[in-house]
Amino acid sequence: MGETLWVGTRKGAFALRPDARRRQWRLAGPQFLGHIIHHIVQDPREPNVLLMAAKTGHLGPTVYRSTDRGRSWREAAQPPQFRRAAEGETALAVQRVFWLTPGHASESATWYAGTSPAGLFRSADGGERWEPVAGFNDHPMRAKWAAFGTPDGPFLHSILVDPRDPRHLYIAISVGGVFESLDGGQEWAPLNEGCAADFLPDPNAAFGHDPHCLVQHPLAPDRLYQQNHCGIYRLDRPARRWARIGTAMPKKIGDIGFPIVVHPEDAETAWVLPMDGQTVWPRTSIAGRPAVYRTQDGGRSWRRLDRGLPERRAWLTVLRQAMCTDRRERPGVYFGTTGGEVWAGASGGERWHLIVQHLPEIYSVTYAV
Amino acid sequence: MNASPTARACTVRIASPLRSYTGGAAKVAADGATLAEVLADLDRRFPGIRFRMIDEQDAIRPHIRLYVETREVKSLSEAVGARETVHVICALSGG
Repeated sequence: MGETLWVGTRKGAFALRPDARRRQWRLAGPQFLGHIIHHIVQDPREPNVLLMAAKTGHLGPTVYRSTDRGRSWREAAQPPQFRRAAEGETALAVQRVFWLTPGHASESATWYAGTSPAGLFRSADGGERWEPVAGFNDHPMRAKWAAFGTPDGPFLHSILVDPRDPRHLYIAISVGGVFESLDGGQEWAPLNEGCAADFLPDPNAAFGHDPHCLVQHPLAPDRLYQQNHCGIYRLDRPARRWARIGTAMPKKIGDIGFPIVVHPEDAETAWVLPMDGQTVWPRTSIAGRPAVYRTQDGGRSWRRLDRGLPERRAWLTVLRQAMCTDRRERPGVYFGTTGGEVWAGASGGERWHLIVQHLPEIYSVTYAV
Repeated sequence: MNASPTARACTVRIASPLRSYTGGAAKVAADGATLAEVLADLDRRFPGIRFRMIDEQDAIRPHIRLYVETREVKSLSEAVGARETVHVICALSGG
């Protein structure tokens, strides 16, 4: 089987597969029609394996696992759940499994999950049984770090595992900030210096920021990019201060958005999808004119990529998990909208075409091969 | 019914969103003197079904309602009599 775009929606899971010339994409599904699918992620260590984060409007959150590239799925025996609250403690209950990340290449059965409310969970058996990462979930600062959430709830997302070191982890919390662990999740520290938090009374707060999406370059793991509620940032470790690279975006466009994705090989290249963050935060395409912006110099400059996208009267919203690249030399870029469209941008987004429409509200678009 | 009733068995009526766990059955048997015991037995017979209804702090999920006969139940310690019927209701509104 070749390439697949997995599309997680508010009403089920879909798959898109291209023909040899990538002109036509065949839609398969829905699977789990009516289920809320937040994330579908392939295991790069075992490509037949996929995990899916799901719930329904009535039922509690869970994880499904496929060992045959998504043909069939089986529910986890023990989905992510917080430990039982002691007398007098605030009782936390997982409302959504929001994010899935495969563990380090050396830990073949390890997976991480991020939830709402903000919780971090680990599976050591390929996603069958999940345990809380106590170092974060029981951290004495957790309640302050994750003090409030988005209108759709607080989310722990963008779980990153350093490809050089399985104990080096990053997570992001909306709202709360970016946090880093150097010891496999036992201890955590905020990593938000340099990030704006215009909504906070203290502009230099150590946490309380709203990272929308955090990515680490797989071949240059010291390079991090972040699309934040307040701008686009870059961080080159071991430095601790984020640089706002969104200031190089056109002033009329600004640097607000949900997703950010990196080129699979070139750490200088990244794509964002700006949205309207003015007044009441419409979170739609700016002026009804959708565009992707690409940097090829680490954020020093950005180029608008809108050929083939609607030229006007198109108010698209693209959520943080709903943009990805493939792994071609000149990667295709893909995004899904809350209006149920998936767009493909060939050759790094130089030319866009609509590959499917009329799907339910899209939460995630992920690439599998 | 796809499970054999015993002397302590009650009947559990399963709402359609949960029937993927019961092989499509709308009515199943479960043992237990309290709702907690009935749900534990139900989960033994149909693994995973309880967590979709009851969270990890033993709270009934917001869009689930449980009745014993016609009594709405808020606590899992509620007694369930033999031959009584537990109703699992899924209440959802909006799109």
